Amino acid sequence: MPGLQELARRRPAFAAGHRMCAGCPVPIIARMLTQVTDHEIVAGNATGCLEVASSIFPYTAWNIPWIHTAFENAGATMSGVEAMYKSLRRRGKTDRRIKFVAFGGDGGTYDIGLQSLSGAMERGHDLVYVCYDNGAYMNTGIQRSSSTPFGASTTTSPAGTVSGGKPQFPKDLTSIMISHHIDYVAQASIHNPIDLSDKLKKAIELDGPAFLNVLCPCVPGWRIEADMAVEAARVAVATRYWPLFEVEKGVTRINHKPKERIPVTDWLFMQGRFRHLKEPRWQESLIRIQEAVDERWDRLLALEALGARLRSAESERSHQ
Amino acid sequence: MSPLVAITGNGAAAEAMRQIDPDVVAAFPITPSTQIMEDFAKFHADGKVTTELVTVESEHSAMSACVGAAAAGGRVMTATSSCGLALMWEMLYVAASMRQPVVMTLVSRALSGPINIHCDHADAMGCRDTGWIQIFAETNQEAYDNLIMAPRIAEHPDVRLPVMVCMDGFIISHCIETMRLEDDAKVRDFLGEFTPVHPLLDTAHPVSWGGLDLQDYYIEHKRGQHEAIMNAKAVIRGVSREFADAFGRLYDLFEGYRLDGAERVLVAINSVCGEIKEVVDELRDAGEKVGLLKIRVFRPFPYDEIREALRMARIVTVLDRMDSFGAYGPLFTEIRTALYDLEPRAIVAGRTYGLGGRDLFMDDIRGLFEESGRCLEKGNIESVSGYLGARGE
Repeated sequence: MPGLQELARRRPAFAAGHRMCAGCPVPIIARMLTQVTDHEIVAGNATGCLEVASSIFPYTAWNIPWIHTAFENAGATMSGVEAMYKSLRRRGKTDRRIKFVAFGGDGGTYDIGLQSLSGAMERGHDLVYVCYDNGAYMNTGIQRSSSTPFGASTTTSPAGTVSGGKPQFPKDLTSIMISHHIDYVAQASIHNPIDLSDKLKKAIELDGPAFLNVLCPCVPGWRIEADMAVEAARVAVATRYWPLFEVEKGVTRINHKPKERIPVTDWLFMQGRFRHLKEPRWQESLIRIQEAVDERWDRLLALEALGARLRSAESERSHQ
Repeated sequence: MSPLVAITGNGAAAEAMRQIDPDVVAAFPITPSTQIMEDFAKFHADGKVTTELVTVESEHSAMSACVGAAAAGGRVMTATSSCGLALMWEMLYVAASMRQPVVMTLVSRALSGPINIHCDHADAMGCRDTGWIQIFAETNQEAYDNLIMAPRIAEHPDVRLPVMVCMDGFIISHCIETMRLEDDAKVRDFLGEFTPVHPLLDTAHPVSWGGLDLQDYYIEHKRGQHEAIMNAKAVIRGVSREFADAFGRLYDLFEGYRLDGAERVLVAINSVCGEIKEVVDELRDAGEKVGLLKIRVFRPFPYDEIREALRMARIVTVLDRMDSFGAYGPLFTEIRTALYDLEPRAIVAGRTYGLGGRDLFMDDIRGLFEESGRCLEKGNIESVSGYLGARGE
């Protein structure tokens, strides 16, 4: 793996001059595509922030081949692209070595595109699906998604006189993808480029489907300052709200274990979307959020221990 | 001469797909088109095609994968029916607007609800504005022939649009007819090699497909699409003539059946035309001036050519196998529009028939000609539009 300095010198897949919001961290991932691997990449996009802000005709921010067709079908569209590649390779019509990456926001991935993603992963296309998870339909103006955290105020789950924000906990998409038993599933965050680029490289270079769920704070959606996206992601990981982990061939590894136990309120209250939870009447919500974070972390530790046990049992068997 | 075979419409479509051997096929099963993909999957399993077969999890994903595959740069096919087509709706527009030459067999079936698996044309007619070329088939032979021609039309540089080849569910898809299955090598020779245009897989020349297109360019792109589908008329005729040279069967934008001197004409689409031809023959033998105009190409619609063909008609009855609720049927509307500029012009009436697979009998067709005869005597029509062959008339 080349060092960060060398990576940064390579021509990024995604050019400057795009129209993402000031301070948006999603381009960090897009830029990396060509920097983490020597493979050629063809990328696809679900409808969403990254798509609309990178492709306003007649301009494009993409230095690599790129396709968008609709909102709910990045998995299926890229399945078709990858299938054509396989077909043309088999028929001797191309000798290029190409890898395929699809991008979707949490709306296009957790919600409307879930079926298409599931199908693509189940069929085993050589495709990396990257969800840039900012926790709401940000492109259309901050509506709740099934990734939106419990208690967050969005335009369709607004905090009000009788509402404490979104009344449901988010869906655990990463676990759903793990249940597809594909070779590689990981959670990453834009604040940690070494971990993120490692994971992206691993996902791209393996043969077959892989899924990355990358936390991407949204400046307007989270109601943070434009220079705070990286910090908001860092604190999400530090408070264990967004654990960095990977599941490689069924074995779970936590990539970062925060040494201190920092309350999740440190993360919640750096964002405007949870401001209402400071009112004493929503005290119970804060307790429930912390409990959910703790429970998920404990479950992850247990999964990691299980993976280690399975691995050692396997190596014992192979030594017998 | 190629051999005569006894085969269902679905079987014939699958044979055409085997001969075309597309680079990618992505499809999802739905009655009554399922057998096409079953047969094709068997060809695939037996090594008779080297297509990459993508067995997707829905029709929306089928069309999405087709668009992706076509943009990647190769020949792409699929098949569907009814609700499957409805689920593809969004992607039909995208396929056409991206100018991807995807070829799809549509085995027509009524749309839900209530759920029904039998033939009508609500599926095909519902997507007439999506930008796809639509070619219809009366018989198994025509469905097969149209499919062999479809890639040539879709991929023509003046067109570059997706093509839908439509046949009637069960009536054609499941009924065995004798037809000529052409020689594999001859079919492949007719098809020629696929030439990709700005393929995604050409990584040395990266292109962005499907960007956001706002008020400063969208309308020009739509106009480009409009011109392309209008170009398709000449291309369809050209490819059809080449097909006739190669295989001996000549098709045009529509078929005029005993239209010479016909005063009373029926206009219809697909399998019902077989029955109408029988009745026309019978009435012609009795000295009546009747005829049939059978639509082959519905999009682009051949207004000028139809106007010329029906210049001498005095009354035209148009059969729509779907209801455009709250409006006249789509074929009726097109035919009436085509004839509007004639002076004198024919009286035009429309009838809705056959919904959800309801049979239309020879007596119903005789009744239509009797009615048009009465109308001519009286000089006016009994009703501009109405249902035919339904209870409660």
